[in-house]
Amino acid sequence: MSSPATTASPASLPARPPAGTSGSAPRLRTPRTKRHSPGRPRRSVLLTVLTGLVVLYALVPLLWLVISTTKTQEGLAGSFGLWFDGDFALWDNISTTFTYNDGVFTRWLLNTLMYVGLGAGGATFLAVLGGYALAKFAFPGKRAVFAVVIGAVAVPGTALAVPTFLMFSKMGLTDTPWAVIIPSLISPFGLYLMWVFATEAIPTELMEAARIDGAGEVRTFFQVGLPLLAPGMVTVLLFTMVATWNNYFLPLIMLKDPDWYPLTLGLNSWNAQAATAGGEPVFNLVITGSLITILPLIAAFLLLQKYWQSGLAAGSVKE
Amino acid sequence: MTTPQPPATAERSPARPSAKRDRRSWTGWGFIGPFAAVFALVFLAPIGYSVYLSLFRDQLIGGTTFVGLDNYQQALQDDQFWASLGRVSAFLAVQVPVMLLIALFVALALDSGRLYGKDFFRISIFLPYAVPAVVATLMWGFMYGSQFGLVGDINDALGVSLPDPLSTELVLASIGNIVTWEFVGYNMLIFYSALRVIPHSLYEAAEIDGAGQFRIVTAIKLPAIRGALVIATIFSIIGSFQLFNEPVILRDLARNAITTDYTPNFYTYSLSFDGQQHNYSATVAIVMGLITMVIAYVVQLRGMRKGA
Repeated sequence: MSSPATTASPASLPARPPAGTSGSAPRLRTPRTKRHSPGRPRRSVLLTVLTGLVVLYALVPLLWLVISTTKTQEGLAGSFGLWFDGDFALWDNISTTFTYNDGVFTRWLLNTLMYVGLGAGGATFLAVLGGYALAKFAFPGKRAVFAVVIGAVAVPGTALAVPTFLMFSKMGLTDTPWAVIIPSLISPFGLYLMWVFATEAIPTELMEAARIDGAGEVRTFFQVGLPLLAPGMVTVLLFTMVATWNNYFLPLIMLKDPDWYPLTLGLNSWNAQAATAGGEPVFNLVITGSLITILPLIAAFLLLQKYWQSGLAAGSVKE
Repeated sequence: MTTPQPPATAERSPARPSAKRDRRSWTGWGFIGPFAAVFALVFLAPIGYSVYLSLFRDQLIGGTTFVGLDNYQQALQDDQFWASLGRVSAFLAVQVPVMLLIALFVALALDSGRLYGKDFFRISIFLPYAVPAVVATLMWGFMYGSQFGLVGDINDALGVSLPDPLSTELVLASIGNIVTWEFVGYNMLIFYSALRVIPHSLYEAAEIDGAGQFRIVTAIKLPAIRGALVIATIFSIIGSFQLFNEPVILRDLARNAITTDYTPNFYTYSLSFDGQQHNYSATVAIVMGLITMVIAYVVQLRGMRKGA
């Protein structure tokens, strides 16, 4: 009962295999009431140690990143990776990151925020509207809409990238923010999640009551539907935010002008700079910029844990 | 039971309640319209255009001509394409099982209730998922490097000389490590969420029957999360076939080891944006898309059959 529907929205085109996906199932909230620990199992040191190794694997690179942001370029090359160098260059690195090249990093940060705001925000809004329609209305062609969306999702992003680029280039959209934002607007997974969620969250009687009171469809949606959909909306917003924030392939093919780059593309251009003839290596800035890039997402993950978990739990199917 | 089969649910509940009132109403289109319009623009139109492109060829002399299925024939005989496909297949055969087994192990360990500090474990292992592929690759790329990488440090400190992770022989494994690092936590969470919804009465019953922990895992837990296992496998296969970001970014550090036709996705990208062979690029992408869909479909069928 769960779908192989990936969020292969162009936003997350390739290479992030399961990016912001998970199957899906007609259940949004985890029945977390039942803890299934028969009796109270003994804690196992061996198991803890083994799992601890995986934790180390996950955290050591992040630790390396944090430590490396405190080093100068020379320190990076000359000191042990997992310990601090004599010079504590963190503040220096941060300020240089923001001022290097006339502060282009700030520009990339703002671009990313714009892409995330309009792309993920728009994707969430479209998914909420669409999910509401699928859940609460019967309309001609409804089944076809569903079948086409699910079917198209199975098409790997690769097949879409080149033709999308060529189309957009004919429409004069390439090298503008629109080329990144428009494809980000579609999140089939978000649509599916909202459809499932709206089915459960909005009692049809409530909509009927609003209509009897003379509310139009638009007003019914905004005043009755939307508030009830809020929890599902946050989940979808998180998924689409991650997909947009991490997006690399789409901006890579669509954008030439560094002024429109998102952080991911910008950081990589700084990194590639060292490899070009006469380019100045700025690895300390690449590293500091990387940390600045991931902090907001890590914060979002930690603060909104519950939503993520419930979003993923939607993928864990009950029979 | 738990089979990835979305349309099955499509028939269910939603239509019924309001059906009487709105059966032939177009009101619903007002709400789904915006999604449908953008979807048509960024999904359907490119697919159609892609198929169209693949039937033509752009030549210096004679311009664009209709060539039927010639491009497809060329793709099927294209050694570069098959080599890249072989590479991602090898990648898939090793990386996906390793990643999923680690994820499954951690999920089972978390679910067993036998760990100290469970919540910390869960969130730490999931954390790399929040790291963009670009940052993950840059980070690991630096660590792999002999310049200021950890590998270089270890060599210096211990007086050994580890093989270069960015050499031609090892770079695919190094990419596999990056991808594993990024997605182990995500898959772990999928498995873990699936394990959490198993009614715990089943375990009690099994324990009364004298089943040990291992038996409970193999007889109850694994069958119960089959759906999640199948989905995670399919996503990982699709992900492997679409491998792009990691090799592209790592190429700056390993020019010789990673060629521009390293993966099928990289190959179509290079064809299109370096070679300006848009028609052929679209063809390769379609062929790759079809292969991916077929394999994903087969895995899904197999997963379903065993579950039935």
